[in-house]
Amino acid sequence: MAAQHYRVRARHIRDGAHPDAQGNNARHFSSRDFTFVLLSASALPALSLLNPAGSSTVPAVCEGQPREHVENVRLLDRSSGQRKASIGTLYLSATHTIFVENNPETRKESWSHLRFYDVNPGVLSSFADSYPCVAQYGEQCGEDPTIPTGSQVILRCKDFRVFQILVPQERDCLDVHTSLVRLSRPEKYSELYCLSFNPNVNKEEREESWGFVDLTADYKRMGLPNNLWVSTAANSEYRVCETYPSELFVPKSATPPSLWVVPGSGAEDDFLLYPTSTKILCACVLQSVYCVTSQAAVCRCSQPLSGFSGRCQEDEAMLQALMKANPGSKGYENEDHYTNIKLHFIGIENIHVMRSSQQKIIDVGEMRFPSMTDFLYGLENSGWLKHIKAILDAGLFIARAVADEGISVLVHCSDGWDRTAQACSVASILLDPYYRTIRGLMVLIERDWVSFGHKFSTVERMLCVLGSKMELCPCRYGHLDGDPKEVSPVIDQFVECVWQLSEQFPCAFEFNERFLVAIHTHIYSCQYGTFLGNCQKERRDMRVSAAFEKVSWFCNIATLLCAVDRLGERTHSVWPELWKERAQYTNPLYRAEQSQSQGVLRPNTPLLLQGLYNHAEKSTPPRQSPADFLSTVREESQQLEEELANQQEVPPGGTPTITWASDKAYNTLRIAALTGEPITWEEVLRRRTSRPRPPHCGPDPPCLIQTQPAALHRSPPHPAGSPSAADLGSGVTVFFTAA
Amino acid sequence: MIGSYILALNTALLTISCVALICALHLITPFLTTTTTLCHVFQTLSCLDSMSELYPFFYRPSNASLRDQWGLSSLERHYNFHEWTNEDHVTHKVYLLSRLLRLNNPVVSKCFMQTKRNPLMLEQFPVTLISFYIKAVTDVHHDRWRLSTVNRDFSVCPSYPQAVIVPKSTDDDMLEKVAKFRQGGRFPVLCYYHKKNGMVIMRSSQPLTGANRKRCTEDEQLLQAVIDGSDKGYIIDTRSSQQALQARMTALQESLIKLVEACGEESNNMDRWLSKLENSKWLSHVQTALSTAGLLAECVERDGHSVLVHGSEGTDSTLLISTLAQLIMDPSCRTLEGFLTLLEREWVQAGHPFQQRCAHSAHSHARLQQESPVFLLLLDCVWQLWRQFPLALGFSEALLLRLATEAYASDYGTFLGNNQQERCALGVKENTLCLFQALLRPRERDCYSNPLYENTELAIWPSVHPQSLQLWRGFFLRWTPQTHHLEEAQEEIRNMVIEWGKLALSSCPAST
Repeated sequence: MAAQHYRVRARHIRDGAHPDAQGNNARHFSSRDFTFVLLSASALPALSLLNPAGSSTVPAVCEGQPREHVENVRLLDRSSGQRKASIGTLYLSATHTIFVENNPETRKESWSHLRFYDVNPGVLSSFADSYPCVAQYGEQCGEDPTIPTGSQVILRCKDFRVFQILVPQERDCLDVHTSLVRLSRPEKYSELYCLSFNPNVNKEEREESWGFVDLTADYKRMGLPNNLWVSTAANSEYRVCETYPSELFVPKSATPPSLWVVPGSGAEDDFLLYPTSTKILCACVLQSVYCVTSQAAVCRCSQPLSGFSGRCQEDEAMLQALMKANPGSKGYENEDHYTNIKLHFIGIENIHVMRSSQQKIIDVGEMRFPSMTDFLYGLENSGWLKHIKAILDAGLFIARAVADEGISVLVHCSDGWDRTAQACSVASILLDPYYRTIRGLMVLIERDWVSFGHKFSTVERMLCVLGSKMELCPCRYGHLDGDPKEVSPVIDQFVECVWQLSEQFPCAFEFNERFLVAIHTHIYSCQYGTFLGNCQKERRDMRVSAAFEKVSWFCNIATLLCAVDRLGERTHSVWPELWKERAQYTNPLYRAEQSQSQGVLRPNTPLLLQGLYNHAEKSTPPRQSPADFLSTVREESQQLEEELANQQEVPPGGTPTITWASDKAYNTLRIAALTGEPITWEEVLRRRTSRPRPPHCGPDPPCLIQTQPAALHRSPPHPAGSPSAADLGSGVTVFFTAA
Repeated sequence: MIGSYILALNTALLTISCVALICALHLITPFLTTTTTLCHVFQTLSCLDSMSELYPFFYRPSNASLRDQWGLSSLERHYNFHEWTNEDHVTHKVYLLSRLLRLNNPVVSKCFMQTKRNPLMLEQFPVTLISFYIKAVTDVHHDRWRLSTVNRDFSVCPSYPQAVIVPKSTDDDMLEKVAKFRQGGRFPVLCYYHKKNGMVIMRSSQPLTGANRKRCTEDEQLLQAVIDGSDKGYIIDTRSSQQALQARMTALQESLIKLVEACGEESNNMDRWLSKLENSKWLSHVQTALSTAGLLAECVERDGHSVLVHGSEGTDSTLLISTLAQLIMDPSCRTLEGFLTLLEREWVQAGHPFQQRCAHSAHSHARLQQESPVFLLLLDCVWQLWRQFPLALGFSEALLLRLATEAYASDYGTFLGNNQQERCALGVKENTLCLFQALLRPRERDCYSNPLYENTELAIWPSVHPQSLQLWRGFFLRWTPQTHHLEEAQEEIRNMVIEWGKLALSSCPAST
């Protein structure tokens, strides 16, 4: 599947943006199932942007020249120390940073053995930090002649991968560093990967892809609108609240237009200084989750601006309406109840605490050979698990209120998009089995994170948005000019919460860990346009409102935004791509009809344990994965069932061929071992020798069926020559999650 | 065992902290007198003086009889590698067949050809192959090692079984002299023969060198005979290489007590949970045990040298390390039968004092000097292996949980007594039932085997990095509802695999 992935990218480079790719400048790597084209310098227009003269953003300390590739680079395998460095060439392009090992033998053998690392610059987070690390590596390790000398660059990625690269010439190293710094911080929208990413689809397909996740359909699935809740067009032009989507649901009794009057002066300055949604809290209580059975809803908004003006009539009216929409029970409608909720939520720290917490936990993972004590102490000190637990608790609290007591809940925190989104999403997952499916999670993220958006009004917030969270492209700007203090792993935490739940309820989720990792990667990779922009409005028309032009530096962005025109016409949605690959994201244990998959999940006060897992560290041998095995088992079972069904219809003469070609004797024994039934040897042997495996001749060969259970052919967990016990598992922690 | 009883009006609350289950039961009785009586009864029952009054001597389930086979293998069979031929054991057949088919040996292919021609050969076919294999393996082995019965009346070493495997060149007189030099008479004996390269793991207790650096020529000769032919051997002293497993067993016991306390708390505060976990040091013990075992396995498998392992008494950490190393290296130990056989050989027969070590678990008030959860630590380490290599081990987590329970309170006689000598004196073999046999009955096998098991010939090198090690949720948090979901998942996996296999069988009609 990785091969397909790369093929798409390769085709994109070749057929799409760069006609030069066909020329002599292209460097082709190909194999049976993999074609990749690496472009040399002149062929990559994006690289021509790397003119240092025009780039004022490169720190003065970097005096290197942009480079397209550097040879004889060593990639250090962090899990086994520098003994196992692999030598290769590092290619730098605007969209990929690629390390290709230049061992001619492995390259000849097959592509799958070629060690190949691809880092999307969008994922690169910091190497400015690592710049001081550029030092003579040999000196650090004493005068050991076997250790190659060179300058070291450490690449830290936003998906927590860490690459340690040793460049023989210091000059080259500076060049690499300069190029990477430049590449990881595109200055213009047009440099963004998603705008040049061009998979081989036509216009109709692309437009279709944007409609893949349909929120209206999801509301319909929840049974909305009904006699208590109605859809409102109040925000159709985003006039009431810019960061909310155009389609909102409100209690039926709250529809009089008077409710939608924006209180306050409405002066433009104010408008900029305060997040919009806080201004119009009373107007924008909106439906997040609607629980059909209890008729209770989870609504979200931002904090009330009680401030000097005191109470807000409209706000109270709205909450009254909310209460009416929930017959037979009460709502959290008055100030006292606000307090209740707030007290409950106080456990979730703000983004600044979260950011430093994440940094701490990353540091813990990077310790070389920590003792158990160091590790646990560091883990505790980071407080990361405490925060995750707080979010889960909040979600659980909401879910209990809605499901058990039938109370509608209004969720808010200070500005109504970080913690609110987290808590609402977690509650949705706990409440509704639909969101535990692959498509459901897409819908949930699309609704709670993408369409409800992030605020976009003040300069400061702008920077916050740009520099952080899920907004990719702005992210770059944030690193460039903005305030790094506003970066925070808000959605990381949500993804981790889901993972925690999936660990506790192994049968309840249709997707697996890989799906979560893929989403997490795409949030940062900027390959698709889904996570670009801050709210529905902005994405719908990436035009610049006059208000922003007050801010001088923003003018640049404004121009760019104009140039970008409409995002949807230039970029692609990530969801259909993930959906296409859903086979590898499916949890084999998931049964839609099973008890765990049904109803409300009730994690009891999750006692989270340590246990960080790493992904994408391709150098470490793959661990045994029961999930892969089970997936194969499941596919084969389904296929066998179909065949058996067919067999009953087909007369014995024309028995359909058995595509499943696993070892029958082995299976007989396995089942016997499991069930304890005695086996007769004749049976086994006859089965074994009975007939040769028939070639597949069905009309439509299922491509996913493997000839044998995956595990039989899987490379050993630790092949001979793998690292010794002492340095085993010292692989870098890349994606942090607690088990 | 009895925690406390609290009086409230006419009702009384009696808290029973169970030994093996690491949990506490709360009983509320209407009258105080009932409670005190109960309390008395429990106290008496939990501290029985005579071992022959224990329950295993009275346990007589309908589906088993005392005449059943006791134990899985004897040392004699281990010596002859007879466990291969144990035809009753199905996973062994799986293992064996897969192994044979991969040999790509002309004899094997010839057998196959013959069976095709002559259906009558079918019956004998596996037997022929097996005997072929055994012969190939044991020929080499018998040149250098012999079975010694120097300990037949337990006079040389009370904690050893009657038969031990020693180098061929050492005679029984020598062994007696060596036994005097080692603590408790535990002279070096063979515990594992690595078939790939003929290297061995020996184990013993510490040498009694004393203050004046006493030496023992026979001991040196014995070790020389072990490394016969190769350039060097290693001695791993579990004490020096790992602080945690030092002779002071109280450290491990305290660690368990702290951990159980932390797990039993209701508050579930994230902050304090992690520091309590750290404070208990249990995971550090797991880490050291696994890394030492990894070191041992590395010496044998990678470097190709023979190793002598010893701690102080040679009955605790020594066994722990050697067992884990065998699991890492030897695929035949990773089947359900293989693992139980390994436990029987390395723990029951080799003289781990179960009676002393596993008496009261984490809830004892009296600080017993001999109490130490070494066996529990082993099971935890095995669980870590199982978690890291879910496909490589033939048994399930349920087996480990069952063993953890049985070691403390059992219906069966397997874990009674401290060594073979005591068991002989009590007549354990004659008067009680064997746990290991019971675990292999069809219905038990159903839940104790691992549906995902795929035999791999390779060593499974565990990761000992802190983030790879986890608390054994299934055991220490056994009574929290969330483990229920994990069990459900295991059940689902089992059903899936069985369903798959049945479909496979039915879709392949047995037509020739």
